[in-house]
Amino acid sequence: MTSPLSPLFLPTGTVYGVLLNFQAETEALAPQMNTPPYQAPPKAPVLYVKPANTWSQNGTDIAVPVGAAEVELGASIAMVIGRDLRAANEDTALAALAGYVLVNDLSLPHTSFFRPPVKYKCVDGFLGIGPEMRPAGPSIDPSHFTLELRVNGVLRQSVRFSHLVRSAARLLADVSAFMTLRRGDLLLLGCDAGRPLARAGDHITVSAPGFASLHNQLTAEAAPQ
Amino acid sequence: MKHARIAYAGAVHDATEHEGQLRLADGRLVPFGAVVWLPPLAPTPRPRTILALGLNYADHAKELAFKAPEEPLVFIKGEGSLIGHRAFTQRPAEVKFMHYECELAIVIGRTAKKVRREDAYDFIAGYTVANDYAIRDYLENWYRPNLRVKNRDTCTPIGPWLVDRQDVPDPMALALQTTVNGKVTQSGNTRDMIFDVPFLVAYFSRFMTLQPGDLILTGTPDGVVDCQPGDVVVTRIAQIGELVNTIA
Repeated sequence: MTSPLSPLFLPTGTVYGVLLNFQAETEALAPQMNTPPYQAPPKAPVLYVKPANTWSQNGTDIAVPVGAAEVELGASIAMVIGRDLRAANEDTALAALAGYVLVNDLSLPHTSFFRPPVKYKCVDGFLGIGPEMRPAGPSIDPSHFTLELRVNGVLRQSVRFSHLVRSAARLLADVSAFMTLRRGDLLLLGCDAGRPLARAGDHITVSAPGFASLHNQLTAEAAPQ
Repeated sequence: MKHARIAYAGAVHDATEHEGQLRLADGRLVPFGAVVWLPPLAPTPRPRTILALGLNYADHAKELAFKAPEEPLVFIKGEGSLIGHRAFTQRPAEVKFMHYECELAIVIGRTAKKVRREDAYDFIAGYTVANDYAIRDYLENWYRPNLRVKNRDTCTPIGPWLVDRQDVPDPMALALQTTVNGKVTQSGNTRDMIFDVPFLVAYFSRFMTLQPGDLILTGTPDGVVDCQPGDVVVTRIAQIGELVNTIA
């Protein structure tokens, strides 16, 4: 639990998310992958950025924009980079991590992944960030992580990180093959298929064994004057 | 005024342009050639957001065989991709087509949330030149342009100057030009942007709060060509500056 004296975790670097890193997510899209606009399955990890305006600390309200009936929830776990990673080796990449933190990567629902999802994913407040980082260590295997997502106390999604397309270490290697992951950056492990929808008034909880839970309340954005 | 951020004599300094030299905060005057140029941006308390436009000039959209977008095509890059004036940009050995993109970069000056178009200029601190390199070999149709194309170390030179907004009375009428080894390869004018500077500030601030130091790279006109190791690429924008970069 978080004591009143310990500050809530906040990233100090860039937060990168990844699409299609769960097997069920990839299987669901597979029939479309060889047709326009995609033409082929992705080769490199499909990344996006959750900029600082999206960051919502644990316990804060997240406003659902005027005109959006629902938001899509994206419960995940982020890796926190502890030292710069460039062309990392899969066998040693995890040793560069400082830790792991729960996140809720919100989106406005959308069905095309052709163009960068800025207007769907970079809305103010659209990344809930867990209160504490769980320190990394040689005894921690991210493929053993599981999490549960609840809306108003009702279990809506269970996620097992043994079902990734790229394991945590593989993802670090494949991303750092083309860009440096810098100390303080976050790289999400991905969001599984079957992402629940929620609306203003809903209370969202992401919990996982070994992690401090993440709570956020969805509210209605104030209507323009 | 023109502002720079430089490394000189073992320290990082803010500097301003003064009669063809750099003036440091303590009054010292230093020649341009004596410093290492960093991106002309003060550090921000949180990682800066870097928005970058694709297909924002009618002629470039035509060149790339896409119809002009009906809303801005935007992607985000991380701060790690930025590098200063007179730096070296890495070209991977195996690629066939790596090109520069000369772009007017907006630097936000005040927290901007739901800004009206007519007020947009009040939220701009100034402008600089960005060269938003792309490696087309790595293009994929998933969140295109994907980060492997656009978020590479050393591949976004920016600078040399941050020029105060007040010194650029009309940013929508600035000539842009790129030369490769002295030969003009790209010419354009900011008046041909599809989505102009005040529109972009208003548009993004509708759903994302912009903070001082955040950047909007406004896209590039027609005329991108492949660059090879050793090429000296100079992207220049009238009234803003001349950004020199060498392909390594």
